[in-house]
Amino acid sequence: MSDIADRVKKIVVEHLGVEEDKITDNASFIDDLGADSLDTVELVMAFEEEFGIEIPDDAAENIQTFGDAVKFISEAK
Amino acid sequence: MFDLTGKSALVTGASGGIGAAIARALHGAGAQVALSGTREDPLRALAGELGQGAHVVPCNLSDPQAVDALPKAASAAMGSLDILVNNAGITRDNLFMRMSDDDWNAVIDVNLTATMRLCRGAIRGMMKARWGRIVNIGSVVGAIGNPGQANYAAAKAGMVGLSKALAHEVAARNITVNCVAPGFISTAMTEKLTEDQRAGLMQKIPAGRMGEADEVAGAVLYLASPVAGYVTGATLHVNGGMAML
Repeated sequence: MSDIADRVKKIVVEHLGVEEDKITDNASFIDDLGADSLDTVELVMAFEEEFGIEIPDDAAENIQTFGDAVKFISEAK
Repeated sequence: MFDLTGKSALVTGASGGIGAAIARALHGAGAQVALSGTREDPLRALAGELGQGAHVVPCNLSDPQAVDALPKAASAAMGSLDILVNNAGITRDNLFMRMSDDDWNAVIDVNLTATMRLCRGAIRGMMKARWGRIVNIGSVVGAIGNPGQANYAAAKAGMVGLSKALAHEVAARNITVNCVAPGFISTAMTEKLTEDQRAGLMQKIPAGRMGEADEVAGAVLYLASPVAGYVTGATLHVNGGMAML
């Protein structure tokens, strides 16, 4: 697994308090990992900080799953 | 009981009577304070009086870019931003039929839109810290109206709605958002009242007097303190009984 995926996973575990093995590529933050809308905003903030990138609002809306997040960050960096 | 040691507060309109009293109260409880306003001289004088832990961060609240930069400047000066007090306000009174778009926009921009922008700028750090206090200074006029102040009343009522919506969103993160609504307080703003207006007012105030800035500051200190953690979306009226809401 890539370094980016590991770091994203660590953030998700910390923020949502979920088991690491539940975080699969297709795991939806809201439907599968128990996040509410405010959690998703916080996750995006945490990703921005961890990776030193800007995630615009329209892009943030499309980040629904763990896989989406890793893909977006990999492309943004 | 109202200990703010280790907390950092930004107070807008700190060059005015109520704002200065709020800054003194928060600083007196142990908080660092960032004093904002358009007039630097009174801010510097107040910072000098308070001494250590007081910072001057001037800002013109009618300039959106300056407003967006203010929470960052305050946070940089103090190391964090835990408490935001949106106190700054202007009036452009006129009978509604004569009220221009400029009168309307100026008051809405400074009193309501700048409040929204400052809340937006401050909330990110509070979310991360899992602690925050926002106290918006409204007005009794926002609840009961006042002739000649359609713009001001709209802005202050809008502030209450904004505070309640935001309070809902961030309550689970230990962040509270409340309003303090002063009635008639002895300040430069109310010195503009004529003797007739003043006499008319006194008849409507059960306490029989104007309020003091310290009496508003006390309400802000309470809402900013850890013991008010279960109070959110509320408006605390400080008006001598003029409107019992």
